This record gives sequence, structure tokens and C-alpha cells, in this order.
Amino acid sequence: MLIAIILLILVLGTVAFHFLSPWYFTPIASNWSSMDDTITLTFVVTGLGFVLVNVFIAYCLIKFRHKPDRRAEYEPESIKMETWLTIGTTVAISAMLAPGLLVWADVVTPPDDATEIEVLARQWNWSYRLPGEDGQLGAVAVSHTSSDNPLGIDPSDPLGQDDIVIYDPVLHLKVDEAVTFLLRSNDVLHNFTVPQFRVKMDFVPGQVSYIWAEPNEVGSYDLLCEELCGVGHYAMRGRVIVDSDESYAAWIADQPTFAETQVELNTNLMAGESSYAVCSSCHGVNGEGNKAMHAPGLAGMDAEYMRRQLRHFKRGVRGADESDTWGRTMAPMAMMLADASAINNVVSYIGTLSGQHDFNADTSYGLSQAVARFEPSASGDPSKSAALYGSTCGECHGASGEGVWTVNAPALAGLEGWYLAEQIKNFRDGVRGRHADDLYGLQMGLVSNTMTDDQAIEDMVAYITTLDKNLEAPVKLAQQR
Amino acid sequence: MEHIAHDETSFVRPAEVGEMELYHAKTWLGKYVFSQDAKTIAIQYAATAIAIGMVALVLSWVMRLQLGFPDAFDFIDPSSYLQFVTMHGMIMVIYLLTALLLGGFGNYLIPLMVGARDMVFPWLNMISFWVYFTAVVLLAASFFVGGGSTGAGWTLYPPQAILPGTPGSETGILLMLASLAVFIIGFTMGGLNYVVTILQARTRGMTLMRMPLTVWGIFVATVLALFAFPALFVSAIMMSLDVLLGTSFFMPAIMTMGNEADHVGGNPLLFQHLFWFFGHPEVYIVALPAFGIVSDLISIHARNNIFGYRMMVWAIIAIAFLSFIVWAHHMYTVGMNPYFGFFFATTTLIIAVPTALKVYNWVLTLWQGNIHLTIPMLFSIAFLLFFINGGMTGLFLGNASVSMPLSDTLFVVAHFHMVMAVAPVMVVCGAIYHWYPKITGRWYHEGMARFHFWVTFVGSYLVFLPMHYLGIMGVPRRYFEITGTSFLPDSAQTVNASITIAALVVGFAQLVFIYNLIFSAMKGKKAPGNPWNATSLEWQTEHTPPQHGNFGKELPCVYRWAYDFSVPGVEDDFIPQNVPPRTTTPEAAS
Repeated sequence: MLIAIILLILVLGTVAFHFLSPWYFTPIASNWSSMDDTITLTFVVTGLGFVLVNVFIAYCLIKFRHKPDRRAEYEPESIKMETWLTIGTTVAISAMLAPGLLVWADVVTPPDDATEIEVLARQWNWSYRLPGEDGQLGAVAVSHTSSDNPLGIDPSDPLGQDDIVIYDPVLHLKVDEAVTFLLRSNDVLHNFTVPQFRVKMDFVPGQVSYIWAEPNEVGSYDLLCEELCGVGHYAMRGRVIVDSDESYAAWIADQPTFAETQVELNTNLMAGESSYAVCSSCHGVNGEGNKAMHAPGLAGMDAEYMRRQLRHFKRGVRGADESDTWGRTMAPMAMMLADASAINNVVSYIGTLSGQHDFNADTSYGLSQAVARFEPSASGDPSKSAALYGSTCGECHGASGEGVWTVNAPALAGLEGWYLAEQIKNFRDGVRGRHADDLYGLQMGLVSNTMTDDQAIEDMVAYITTLDKNLEAPVKLAQQR
Repeated sequence: MEHIAHDETSFVRPAEVGEMELYHAKTWLGKYVFSQDAKTIAIQYAATAIAIGMVALVLSWVMRLQLGFPDAFDFIDPSSYLQFVTMHGMIMVIYLLTALLLGGFGNYLIPLMVGARDMVFPWLNMISFWVYFTAVVLLAASFFVGGGSTGAGWTLYPPQAILPGTPGSETGILLMLASLAVFIIGFTMGGLNYVVTILQARTRGMTLMRMPLTVWGIFVATVLALFAFPALFVSAIMMSLDVLLGTSFFMPAIMTMGNEADHVGGNPLLFQHLFWFFGHPEVYIVALPAFGIVSDLISIHARNNIFGYRMMVWAIIAIAFLSFIVWAHHMYTVGMNPYFGFFFATTTLIIAVPTALKVYNWVLTLWQGNIHLTIPMLFSIAFLLFFINGGMTGLFLGNASVSMPLSDTLFVVAHFHMVMAVAPVMVVCGAIYHWYPKITGRWYHEGMARFHFWVTFVGSYLVFLPMHYLGIMGVPRRYFEITGTSFLPDSAQTVNASITIAALVVGFAQLVFIYNLIFSAMKGKKAPGNPWNATSLEWQTEHTPPQHGNFGKELPCVYRWAYDFSVPGVEDDFIPQNVPPRTTTPEAAS
């Protein structure tokens, strides 16, 4: 008896849960409402079957439960009944299969007038490429891939020169325009999912797969990877922004072509040096940093990382949070750099700096600064964090903190302990990396959660400072003097 | 009523092989360690499978702790989380369920149920277990090597499985591949043995269409496994070569950690096709024995013949055949040619027809029955609920376009746990309680068993039902953490936390189960030889537990099918298979 009642409660509870709980599909934002309709149909047919069969079981359990005088009825089979059950089931299943196949026929055939956009997925970030004025995408190959040419576009292919390249993980689309996403990966399997679009497809290295959708609601949507791609899988986030025609036109006009990105690589060190004059008041003439001003050493910092951060400061993606005092100090400084080439020039100039403290100018000041800069954190225990570094941080920042350009992870070795601790806490507390356009910041924010308290951060910083190969030399040097 | 073949009780065919000579061990080692008695080997298989299964259970707790309470635990980081996910899945599917259902139940029940003295190749049977044991040791060893076990997901998809960026890409993956290869070698020895025993060593009168459905389920699952496992075997070898010799079976030209890898020309999808050509039949390798066993449990404890025996047998065979042409329904969104979707969606939904028929026949066996709500019956009912639920969600995922929003989300995780994890585990529990008095000669503790049942039944449903809705909302599977999205409400985390609590409670109940099994084997009440009044041959043995050689001096002779329950005109409500017909009526003789 009890089992029959519990069974009924579970089955009817399932139905109630389905209708009453707040948890269901995200509101659809694409043309694939036919997919939602087939799902609803499937829910109706299977739901009816589920309830009917289980209620029948509960009925049998009550009606035919053991009593001393009961005897089962001997009936080995009934061909007639089994035939009717087969026919009924086949009809119900066909009713679900046929509409499903019709929708699938739409899935496999993108409309002829759909815009083609290439999505490149890489551990653990996204970039995009749109055909330029010629309407065609240029040839690509893994062997052309480098930090100067992250998409691996063949420099000798004229078709590729005008391709619009977007190295940022945020893609804009025009509302009510069908898009075929050409999915390319140059490392492992990935997947392109925007939950509100309903469709999804994997990336397979060595081939180009596709999926199409027509976004029909203006808005900003999360882009997720849903095929396991390694440690950073869960943090591989992107964003798709569906724009009105005007905002789309404004956005696309800002995006460089491949040829332009290659020209930008030629830099003007002289111009960079004069821009750096402002920076040097805090970051030091040799890029050595100044703890008192919360200005990190810049010499030896990753060039692409610095370019990105300067863009972020300029656009209010970083340094806009109320509680990010020092980021708010930096933001107006970055504003002084007029455009991409100004950023490029100053970053190139920083690349020439030694990072050495100027001991001769003011010996006592230089000494204490040098020691403070390279002093390992006193309160951290590197042995406690070595394992976490190896299994988590090192997967992006490199086993010895050297940085890995493909994952956009800057070098950590050489950064000052105080600066690392400050930034990790900013990431953890959402002071940094929570702007909608800062998806690598979000990534770091998610991962910083693996350090569960301040002590864990101190331990980690202590470990990272041991990675600095140049650590001992300057400290020794400073102490000798 | 239709006249059906299994009522012909007058004709008894000769046995197909003569009496076998049994090896009688002279030493303790030969009797209990390197035993050649299928029953001892069965217990060795079961004990090993359950032991490593407990490890996988603990891994699931740790995973659930992270998902329910993110960032609360120091010892779980994204790498270890993926390692726990991978090892949990692989252990549960291969090393627990496959080994327990075929190696455990297969070994114990096949010879007893078909009326044989033992498996036809007892020595090979013994080796088969020790090879399996080696595979388990290799697998467990991967927890302790540098870099830890592999975290590539139980599907082990290349390229990431063997590249940096995935935990265990140093040594863990190689140990996993080696362990799988060894497992398959061991399984092939055992599997051939089961098939030959069923085909060649049935006792007199035991025609194929008189075999209990348990034997049919195990038999067909074994045949499936013998065809399916080689695909996994070759893919394990090929991936090992990609790692060790730098071949490129599955490796195209790619970048890794900022540099170009030393591979060119391979295809990652080739692995996925090979994997799922094994992986889909694997679902039925686990499910078919469970189907067979639950048929017998329902029939015996409802004191009713299984409804539609012939249909049940043909459905098992049809499902087995179809299971080889549905594999790419796991691959609708992996980037294969999408036109394949039409074919695989169609075959997949066709397979639902014989499966649904099996459900109808189980339910119709309850109809007009005399249902005893024993522990095995309770677990059978639980199986029906989980299997029907999981079968229904299978219709979402099998239909290519319907599956698209749901694939790679927790909906998939909830679906396959319902249908191929919880459902077979319900049968395994029911079966262990059902045969426990025969295997140990003692009764389990009824109170503990009921506690185990209710917590497992209700708890598992509370774990997996809400999980579907997380998937519907769009929560992806294999995510260490899902904060920082704009489409999930905060209440999603409440669902996750409640699932975790339910999972921990269900896990605890399994400890009670194990304690009951061990404690009752020593202290339980003595059980009679045929406590359930069952008809099949294992309950008709001279001794309980059955001795080496299973039966007495003479092998039993079979006169009827295994489902003569509540036959009209007979006083008892069951007639064992080896009871000769009392009178030959004119109709039966004709």
C-alpha cells in the first residue's frame, strides 16, 4: 500500500514540479521556436505515457496486492493485446519523430543569404573573423598561428587581408539577420552554445563545422563552451551581443582588418617614450614600479596583456568599480593614449625598460624599494600552494609562471608579491573582472575562487614569487650595496 | 488462450553435452583464491566490483559537494573535479555495473539456471577474474601517479585527453587506456565462457525458449559485449600509440600551450565513432541483464507468469540488434556530417518500441497477480519508475532537433543516471536481496533492507528529477562552477544544494546496505532452500548454498518453462521446472 502511495506522490509530484517550479527554458531569442514546439510536443506525449503507466502500476499494486485467498490469473500472453500496444506505441513515437525530423531538416540547411562568421575557439577563449569587402574569408593554417596572428590567417592570401578580425571574446550580431557560424578550433574540441539561441555545435580541430541561427531579440547573451576542453572549460566564457542595425554599424566600423593589425605591429619607440613620461611618475623611469603608489613594475610584463589592460582602462572595463581605488587612478592616465597605435607605441617602449632601480640616485630609497619589491611574502607558505598552482594556475600561466599567449594568460614570474595579492583579491571580490566585456577577467575571477581565504592567497603569492628566476640576483645586489 | 510452445511438457530433449569432470581444488589457495568454481568466482567479481564502486560513490559525493557548495572546500580544484567526474563515470559504467552484472550475476546464475555443473571452461573463468582484478588495480593505481588520474571525462575524447591542459595527461590517461584494454581481455575470456555454457551445457529439456529471462538477458548482453568491446579495445590501443609513438590516428595539426604540436592528419571524430560504437551497446550491456533479472523478480514475487514471454525474448534480441545502429545519437552536436542525424534519430526512436513493450509486459505481469511486497518486489517497482522516467527523457535526446538545446547539459546527466545508473542499480539491489538466501543460506536483516530501499528509492528520485530542470535552464555538464552567467537565476544554486544533500543521504544508505550484506552473511537467520517458492533450477539444488557442482548426483531434467506460477488446477501456486507433468492431457500430447 505504502509503495503505491509513494509512487503516486512521486509521479504526480513530478507533474506538479514541472508546472509549478520556476525552472524552465530561458526565453528564446532566435528563429528556433520550432525547436521549442517539438520539445513541448514531446513533453505532452511522454508526460501522458509516464503518468498513465505509473498510475496503472499503482492501481495494480493496490488492487492485486497479496491477500491470503488471492491467486494470480494464469495468462501467458495475448498476441492481440501485444499487437495493439505495439501499434499504439509506434503511432505515438512517429508523432514525435516526424516533426523532429522536419526541424532537423532546417537545422542542416542554412539559408543561402545567411552571413558567414567564423568563430575560433581555443583553450579557453574565443575570437572571431568576418569576411571583409570581398565577402570571402582568407585561407588559414595552424602553421601561420602566432601571437601576432592568433587566427592563423595566411599572410600571402589576398582574400584574407580585408578579413575583419576580433580578438576580443565579445561578438556583435545584427538583429533579424541569419548567421551561419563557421566553427574552427586549433587545439581541442570545443562547443558553441548560446542558451537563448537553442542550437549548439562542437568545434573539431582539423575541420570546420557549422550551425546557423537568426537572432531576433536585441540583447546581450552568454556564450558557453559545452564540450569538455580541459581545466579551464567552465571558465571559457564569451558574449554575443545582438544589436540594432545602427549600433551594429558603429561596432563593426571600429574593428580592424587583418592587414591593419599587421601594420600596427610597426611601432614608433620615440612616440612611446614621450607617452611614457606620464607613466614614469608612478611606475618609475625604468618601469621598476613603486609599492607606495600601488604601481606595479612594468618591465617584463606581457606586451599583449598590457595592450589589453590599457584598452580596458580606456573603455571603463577596468578601473571603474567604486572600490578599485588604484584602478580608478590608472583609468584617466590611460585616457591620454589616443588610439590603438599610441597604446602600441608605449607598450613597445616599456618592452625596452630594464626594471632596475636607480641605486645611484638615492641609495637608501633604491635599496629599500628593491628589497621590498622582490621580498617573498613573509606570511605565505609556498609549500601549501604548490599543488594548486600546478593543477590550476599553471594550466594557463605556465608551469613556471612564464605566461601562455594562446590562453591570454600573462606571465606571473617577476610580478611583485604585493601586487599579485592585491589583484587576486580584486578578482575574488569582484572589484576587477566583473565588467560584461571583461571575460578573461571573469575567467580569472572564477578561478580565484579556488583560493578559499586570504591565507590561501598569501600562500599562492609566496609560491609565485619563488618562480621568479631573476629574484635572487637583485635582492642580493641590493643587500650587497 | 493462445497455445504456446512452452506448454509442451511431454518432450524432453537430450542434453547437448555429457557430464563434465570438475576440478577439485586441494589447497586453500585453489579453493578460495584461484577458485575454478563459478559461484566463488562470481562472489570475487561482485566483491571487487562493489569495492571499487564504493570508491566511485565517494567520488560522486565530492563532486556533489563542489556543485552544491562551490568554493567551500579546499581539496577540490577544477583539475581534481574533472578527475573525480571521469573516474566516477568510468568506474560505475565499466568496472562496477558491467563487471557485477556479467561477471557477478552471470557467473553465479548461468550454470545454476541452465542446469549445468559449472561453466564449460572453469580454468579460463578463474583467469578471467584475475585479469579483471589486474585491470581494477591498474585503474586504482592511476590515482597515485604523478599528475593523477585522467580528467578527460569518461568518454576520453582526444585530442584533449592526451594534451596538457587536461589533468592526468602525463600518466593517468595511459593507465586508464591500459586498464581498459586489460579489462576487455579479461571480459572476452569470461564472455566466451558464458556464451558457450548457455549454448552447449544446458541440461536435458532446457530448450532456449524455456530459459528464465535472467539467462536470456545475460546471454544477449554478453554477445553484445563481445561485438562492442573490440571497438573500445582498438581505440585504446590507437590512442596509446598517439601518446607513446607519436602517431596521429586521432590528432590533426593543432596548437598546444602556444606551440604547434607534432601531429598531422588524424581525425578526432574517428575516436568518437569508435567509442560510441562500443558506448551505445554498453548501455544495453548493463540494461539487458537488468531487464532479464527484473522480469524474473516481478514474476516470482507477483506469483504470476511473466506476461508475453516470447515477446520478451524477441524484444531483447531486437534491442540488441538495433543498439548497434544508433550510436551516433550521442553525436548530433559533435560536428559530424549533420545529415547523419536523420538516420540515427529514426533508428533511435524505433528502439523505443521493443523497449516500451518490455515495460508493458512487466506491468501486465503485475495485473491480475498476487503481489507480495517483498524487498525484491519493492526494488523492481522502483526500477520501473526510474526506467520509465529515463526512457521518456530518452525520447527527447534521441530525436536530433529536440535534443539540441538539451545536449551537453545536466539534462543528459539526469537522463542517463535515471535509465542506466539508478534503474540497473535498483535491479542489482533487488537481485542481491532475492538471491541472498541462496548464496549465503541466511536471511538479510529485513529492517535494514527496508531502510535501504526507502532512502535509496525516494532519495535517488530527489537527486535526479530536479537535475533535468537545471539542464533545461541551460546548466552545462562537467562544469566545475557555473557562476558569472546572466541567464541563470540564483535559485539554480538552491536546486544544486538540495541535490547534494539528497545524494549524500542516498550514499549513506548504501553503507547500511553493505553492512547488512556482511553482517547477515554471518549472523542472519538460516534460510530454507526455496524461500520464495520459485520455479527456476537454482532454487531446486540439494544444498543451500549450492556446493561445487551445483546439483546432486543427477543433473535435473527440465519439463517446463520457468513461469508456471498459479497454474489452474494445481494446488501450489508454483511448479518448479524440473517437476514432470502429472498427467498428459490429450491436447498437450498432440
